[in-house]
Amino acid sequence: MTTESAPALNCTGLSYSFGDAKAVDGLDLLVDEGEVFGLLGPNGAGKTTTMRAITTLLPVPPGVIQVFGHDASRHKMAVRRLLGYVPQQLSADASLTGRENVQLFARVFDVPRRERAARVSQALDAVGLGDVAHRLASTYSGGMVRRLELAQALVSAPRLMILDEPTIGLDPIARDSVWDRITEIRAGTGMTVLVTTHSMDEADQRCDRLALMHLGRLRALGTPAQLKSELVAHRRESGETGLSAPSLEDVFRYHSGSGLNDPGSTAENEERGAFRDVRRTRRTASRLG
Amino acid sequence: MSAVPVAPHPASAESGPPDRRFALLLTPPPPRTGWRVVPARVTAMCVVEMQKLRHDRTEIYTRAVQPALWLLIFGVTFSRIHAIPTGGVPYLDFLAPGIIAQSAMFIAIFYGIMIIWERDSGVLTKLMVTPTPRTALVAGKAFAAGVKAVIQAAVVIVIAALIGVGMTWNPLRLLGVVVVVVLASAFFSCLSMSIAGIVLTRDRLMGIGQAITMPLFFASNALYPVALMPGWLQAVSRVNPLSYEVDALRGLLIGTQAHLGLDLAVLAFAALAGIVAAGSLLGRLAR
Ligand SMILES: Nc1ncnc2c1ncn2[C@@H]1O[C@H](COP(=O)(O)OP(=O)(O)OP(=O)(O)O)[C@@H](O)[C@H]1O
Ligand SMILES: [Mg+2]
Repeated sequence: MTTESAPALNCTGLSYSFGDAKAVDGLDLLVDEGEVFGLLGPNGAGKTTTMRAITTLLPVPPGVIQVFGHDASRHKMAVRRLLGYVPQQLSADASLTGRENVQLFARVFDVPRRERAARVSQALDAVGLGDVAHRLASTYSGGMVRRLELAQALVSAPRLMILDEPTIGLDPIARDSVWDRITEIRAGTGMTVLVTTHSMDEADQRCDRLALMHLGRLRALGTPAQLKSELVAHRRESGETGLSAPSLEDVFRYHSGSGLNDPGSTAENEERGAFRDVRRTRRTASRLG
Repeated sequence: MSAVPVAPHPASAESGPPDRRFALLLTPPPPRTGWRVVPARVTAMCVVEMQKLRHDRTEIYTRAVQPALWLLIFGVTFSRIHAIPTGGVPYLDFLAPGIIAQSAMFIAIFYGIMIIWERDSGVLTKLMVTPTPRTALVAGKAFAAGVKAVIQAAVVIVIAALIGVGMTWNPLRLLGVVVVVVLASAFFSCLSMSIAGIVLTRDRLMGIGQAITMPLFFASNALYPVALMPGWLQAVSRVNPLSYEVDALRGLLIGTQAHLGLDLAVLAFAALAGIVAAGSLLGRLAR
């Protein structure tokens, strides 16, 4: 398979279970080169599991996931070289400086010594941390840590950037600054971005296309505008009138089953986005803080 | 699924002049391949370990307290009462290499807890998404443990010298000490990372870590000659890599009769087996 014409990500029939619990259940996903693709869904929908499968962290059978035409099961190393990954937790090493954090990733991605320093500086500047790179990451704010992680992922010039809730636990200003950097980097490097978020505003404004997941399955796919107009059509069919133009949040509620159409499943939803997820989110928010 | 038309994305539309700020971030670095990968990753991990120690040296000092107490209290007392036959060697001299080995082992055993902590914090997860084979990642951690243990060993050697233990300053022998400490620490850190890969949580590992370090220490020749032990303990000591470490360190540092060749062979084999075992269990931590 050639890499030139291949989509950034092609995922066909991805399933993954933790014991008996199906976290992802037959997911198909096609992400084109250069787009910012948002993966949405309630807590426990399977977004992180999907990303961990793409990043080769979870074992998947051959033929299920292709990154620029490279099979994530057969050619793990080739796939990893194409990826930049920022996990859901804040993952910078607090006992190293900003620069050392990025240097480590330059080293493990085999950046030659002669261009290492310049490349690390450029990655740090690209996220606006050049001036504080000498400080320990433990002194960084949550937004700075997120940007540092972007720099870590950026230093190897990835073609597909995978960001798992890059704005989790951040204040509105820090959120904007993280997203502004993502947008700039994407424009400057042409890389593809696969991102998850719980903020419908961010999804609406910053993503080219969205996939909405629920209970491990794909529920809706399209541009934010398409998703909203689809909901208008649904409402018209079911005779609901007098409602104002739907927001992306309405779309989210509709497809996540806690809307009018599917009242029975609310308890099950909350069950799934259970303790584990909430605890993890809280820990993320409090770490390095 | 792909029935939905793809929206045109702005990036392709606004392709103006290339952005100079990203000039170096456009081409992926040339991949290292083959045998060069492992030494490169080991170097990267060791550099990180040194950087961490440079930022925070308190661990070196706090970890020096325990070996100092062993030498000053246990060692000095037992040399007075001449309770342990050491074949003519002063007991303090006999003990010092044992304590070096012990403090290096304590550091290495801590690496299992550290790797779980790094898993929980996402640091390990991210390293596992780099082009680093699991064995290279484990080898990197193992040798980083070795670097730290060598620094610790140097501190204990200085303490021992200060209280009058007559040790060699022959650079070749000291180099031998470095090799022995690195290999042994690589084994013990891999042992603890393997257990981490089996038990998966920090709480369980802490319990097991404590439960194995002291027995490993007592079932070795660190405190007393093997000949003094009951038969069953001698058998345990014979399969305990710590005994081979202590034997080699004694031979190198205070010149007692040692089986250096055998010691090095056993330690090298143990380190290698440890890296393979921990490397194959590491994936469990990613799930
Ligand atoms: N390591 C694990 N062991 C067992 N179950 C897990 C594990 N990781 C995730 N799960 C379960 O798999 C399901 C999907 O989880 P996942 O983390 O992918 O959801 P998510 O969409 O990322 O949610 P969130 O928005 O809260 O991050 C959940 O029910 C979760 O409890
Ligand atoms: Mg998640």
